[in-house]
Amino acid sequence: MWKWLHPYAKAERAYQLCNTLLPYFTVFTVVCLVVGWVWGLAYAPADYQQKDSYRIIFIHVPSAILSMGAYSSMAIAAIVALVWQLRNAELAVVAIAPVGAAMTVIALVTGAAWGKPMWGAWWVWDARLTSELILLFLYLGVLSLYHAFEDKKSAGKAACILAIVGVINLPIIHFSVEWWNTLHQGATITKFDTSAIDPSMLWPLLINIVAFAGFVGVVTLIRLKNEILQREKHRPWVRDLVSRG
Amino acid sequence: MNPRRKKRMLAVVAIIFGVGSAIGLTLYALQENINLFYTPSELIDGKGEAKEKPFVGQKLRIGGMVVPGSVVRDETSLDVTFKLIDTGPLVTIKYHGILPDLFREGQGIVAQGTLIEPDVIEAFEVLAKHDEEYMPSEVAEAVKGIKHVKPTYNLNSEN
Repeated sequence: MWKWLHPYAKAERAYQLCNTLLPYFTVFTVVCLVVGWVWGLAYAPADYQQKDSYRIIFIHVPSAILSMGAYSSMAIAAIVALVWQLRNAELAVVAIAPVGAAMTVIALVTGAAWGKPMWGAWWVWDARLTSELILLFLYLGVLSLYHAFEDKKSAGKAACILAIVGVINLPIIHFSVEWWNTLHQGATITKFDTSAIDPSMLWPLLINIVAFAGFVGVVTLIRLKNEILQREKHRPWVRDLVSRG
Repeated sequence: MNPRRKKRMLAVVAIIFGVGSAIGLTLYALQENINLFYTPSELIDGKGEAKEKPFVGQKLRIGGMVVPGSVVRDETSLDVTFKLIDTGPLVTIKYHGILPDLFREGQGIVAQGTLIEPDVIEAFEVLAKHDEEYMPSEVAEAVKGIKHVKPTYNLNSEN
């Protein structure tokens, strides 16, 4: 059933796959980002209460969702790397981590910029904000653990284990606004029963989420290519690639 | 799956399960402490199983809805008092300072301050909590029947 996947365990094939996918991801991301941002930031109507300041939602929500999405993909790659001992999966963990960390930083910074005018405070130690900050530290932990070891084999193993342990934080982030009293408001998009967000704002938001997902894909593919080349730099196929220019 | 992979898979599952239950139990034990604020009924009737009430002089946060018509501003200073409600009793908040943009009657807020009487809090910080609903003004008017202009407070509502 998984036979078609087997060739990609080889670094060279995985590198070629990245090259094939990259242009599609790039075009998709650019189109969605342009449409989403222009629609969301310029054409979507202003909110009845927050006026134009709510527009930060078109950056804040996609980056927050993707910070968690990137973490789950990283954790899946980590499980594959540990159980099936695929080195490419290990490289994927290292490739995703900084991208996810960047998304977390964007979510935290835009959230603070939103919080100041709306709530009256840049930062509040409520459950949602704190657990998102822990997510950032988990990303940084995975990265620094990987780079702390001279021997890349044990480095990969340690980073993967930390990535898997950190998965526990994802449901905590998601449900924090339901389990505890928080200043952060509840979920908007996943609240299906009532119309929590008007369709004229929902569509640009969804497009932006897809665009950010594409963006994470693009950067991860580029980083994965680099990681593969670096790890395989003494192999003949890499030398061929370099000598061909 | 061959036996070695199976063993590693089990180890991974055991790690997730073990850490998950450890953190779950910790959070369960800390349940009451992670909440950002008291609600007015928790403040008056006591919180949790033990019906623990905060003592006068304690610093705390309180979160609830501003009771419509309860906002009274002093005409000569920045002093403002208002009442908070959730499901039952009312709590009075005294505050000196500028309120955030989203502060409205009927809006959820979180105030941090000192309990000076069992149901009166002297706040030094008032934060507005906004809800998860986003809509254009016309829709809000149609759905909620409210025309949202920035409210003007009744300065003499107690006279």
